[in-house]
Amino acid sequence: MDLVLLSRIQFALTIGFHYFYPPLSIGLGLVLVLMEGMYLKTRDPLYHQLTRFWVRIFGLIFAFGVGSGIVMEFEFGTNWAAYSRFVGDIFGSPLAAEGIFAFFLESGFLALLLFGWDRISERMHFFATCMVALGAHFSAIWIIVANSWMQTPTAYHIVDTAVGPRAEITSFWGAVLNPSTLDRLAHTLMGAWQAGAFFVISVAAYYLLKRQHVAFARASMKVAFVVAAVASLGQLVSGHSSAVTVYEHQPTKLAAMEGIYATGKSADLTVIGWVDEANKQVIGIKIPGLLSVLTGGSTDTVIRGLDEWPAADRPPVQLTFQTYHVMVAIGMALILLACGGGLLAWRGVLFKHRWLLWIMVVAVLLPQAANQLGWATAEVGRQPWIVYGLMRTADGVSDTVSAGNVLFSLILFTLIYVGLFVVFIALLDQKVRKGPLDSDLPRKQEARR
Amino acid sequence: MTGELYNIIWYLLVGVLLTGYAILDGFDLGVGGLHLLARGDRDRRIFLNSIGPFWDGNQVWLVTGGGALFAAFPHVYATAFSGFYIAFILLLFMLVFRGVSIHVRSLREGRAWRGFWDWAFSVSSVVASLLIGVALGNVAWGVPLEADFRYQGNLLAQLHPYTVMTGLMVVAMFLMHGAIYLVMKTEGDLNARVRTWVRPTIIAFIIMYVIVTMATLLYLPQMAEPFRAHPLLFVVPALSVLAIANIPREIHLGRELRAFLSSSLAMALLLVLFGIGMFPELIHASNDPALSMTAFNAASSQKTLQTMLIMAAIGMPLVVGYTFHIYRVFQGKVKLDSMSY
Repeated sequence: MDLVLLSRIQFALTIGFHYFYPPLSIGLGLVLVLMEGMYLKTRDPLYHQLTRFWVRIFGLIFAFGVGSGIVMEFEFGTNWAAYSRFVGDIFGSPLAAEGIFAFFLESGFLALLLFGWDRISERMHFFATCMVALGAHFSAIWIIVANSWMQTPTAYHIVDTAVGPRAEITSFWGAVLNPSTLDRLAHTLMGAWQAGAFFVISVAAYYLLKRQHVAFARASMKVAFVVAAVASLGQLVSGHSSAVTVYEHQPTKLAAMEGIYATGKSADLTVIGWVDEANKQVIGIKIPGLLSVLTGGSTDTVIRGLDEWPAADRPPVQLTFQTYHVMVAIGMALILLACGGGLLAWRGVLFKHRWLLWIMVVAVLLPQAANQLGWATAEVGRQPWIVYGLMRTADGVSDTVSAGNVLFSLILFTLIYVGLFVVFIALLDQKVRKGPLDSDLPRKQEARR
Repeated sequence: MTGELYNIIWYLLVGVLLTGYAILDGFDLGVGGLHLLARGDRDRRIFLNSIGPFWDGNQVWLVTGGGALFAAFPHVYATAFSGFYIAFILLLFMLVFRGVSIHVRSLREGRAWRGFWDWAFSVSSVVASLLIGVALGNVAWGVPLEADFRYQGNLLAQLHPYTVMTGLMVVAMFLMHGAIYLVMKTEGDLNARVRTWVRPTIIAFIIMYVIVTMATLLYLPQMAEPFRAHPLLFVVPALSVLAIANIPREIHLGRELRAFLSSSLAMALLLVLFGIGMFPELIHASNDPALSMTAFNAASSQKTLQTMLIMAAIGMPLVVGYTFHIYRVFQGKVKLDSMSY
């Protein structure tokens, strides 16, 4: 089999599996800060119980996230050696910064978060919770910086060295704050908040369906719906501005996202559709001119079509189009679920209808799907480039590694990750069924203090 | 500062990160290697919880070391990880498994479940230690490099007597370090048992240390060159022998923390020795020493090295500060409670 294809499949598999966990740690981290903060403010024992329970779940998620994450740190070297040599001068720094500023913070304070309950003061514990959540967010920042530079490379020049040309940095902040960093950071973080919030909502809805831990579940929901609503509405803004950045800086990606072949004004926005690649058209429900309006403010905005580029420079159209459109559809559904569900929960209606609660239980899958699909859009839409316009994916691979070796590691990764995922789900299920414990309530002397 | 100075500083800093990793993750890898010697569920839980709050942070030293290597010496990162492909993939599997097994092992009752994860934890710890040692041995022994630093490696060629010896030396070193750590963290009967493990692991380490040193002097004379040129450097091996000799003494006197620090110092000195022998090479070219990858020819631009140094200067003191604090919070003997593993 083809080395490049195998290497790409392996990277997609390992990052896809990994990316199940970080959004949950980021989102749940934020929820934990709010819960423990509420406890310190109100002294309501319920919030103490909430924090303890969700910290246990957080610990489980974190362990799997760290395990699968360590693979990512080294996979650029193992499978993308040529890429690593070419961009290491720029791309390496954010990865190192992630270690120094994010991982140390996260893992260090996680010790206090998980095991420090009886050893440190309540305030110190809250501080540890904040630091863990902050660490998780920092880690997102540096990864988005690194990936955004691959999407919209800036602040570099190509230098000929003894062992071949490479990209060298001209301005650190220029590379960090490349044109797509901030939009994509906002979009990714809010995607993570959605994942965390809907995860909490799902478990709480399950308890309400089972008529267990009712007060606990309602309090969990209260915090989570606030986060879900803010994040879901925020995604409208960050999603829009991300798309405008793509329009400005990655025209082939935008054209693939909407299946636009012919350059022109008044481009249509497809709500749902299928790209007929042979005939270069999209079949589906369209809103005339809306794409031009959304990207440039008027129907006069010219959208460049894929025909402007030779076939070898275009990304896979159908895949980019569908991952993008399904993500957007899910995004819209999440707004409805977060705002509508939150309103119904506030009014108490949500708790009276079992079917509504069931929807909330299942809704946990949606942000996860949207996060995966969004990344697929970003990465597939960047093709055939590994660094947009600068280096082709096929040129970045480790060509000293044999296809057989990659196939071997790919099979091993697949087997192990399937096994680990089963273990994760089984343990999560067990922890959820066990539910919050009485020992999670604050101890008496602490409550008096 | 002149340009070359940044390269030298980053050579040192990558060394510092890897030394930090060896000392810190070294003890929890060692505890993993000794894990199956603990009889009974309670003792095994004590072992796991002795490293419970720390192992994850310790592992970050490796991740950050990898990131720093990528940023400062991208060619070394690229050549090493693609050239030692299968070895590193196996190491990654071991680390994934290990982290998960520590966390999930005690989440369920049942002999089969716990037994499986006990084995997974212990085997992955030993294999990871071995692979780290093998990698170290290969870097010193050298691999055939092409003119553009490309290296087409295969696992069997990487496993030869010298690298297996360095692998076993690292396993023995971590077991010794882990045993001393456990003496510090356990009490009662278990403590008495753990104490008896210190001496054999020290002896195993010393034997491997001597063998590796002799093999290095015989086959890699270039590693001894700096010591011939600057005899003052003999202080380092001398100190390292003293540090090792000090361990049984401190254990005997019941000063476990000092024994642990002594062991940490011995490991650090061993890596300093390695660094002096290697400098300025990062990966030795066995086919032609002129093709070796060094701190100068495999590095990033001066600008990146400079930026990274600022980052490290801001970040690492903070890291060291709160890591120290967290170790203090959890000092003392292990006590199991409701939140324990």
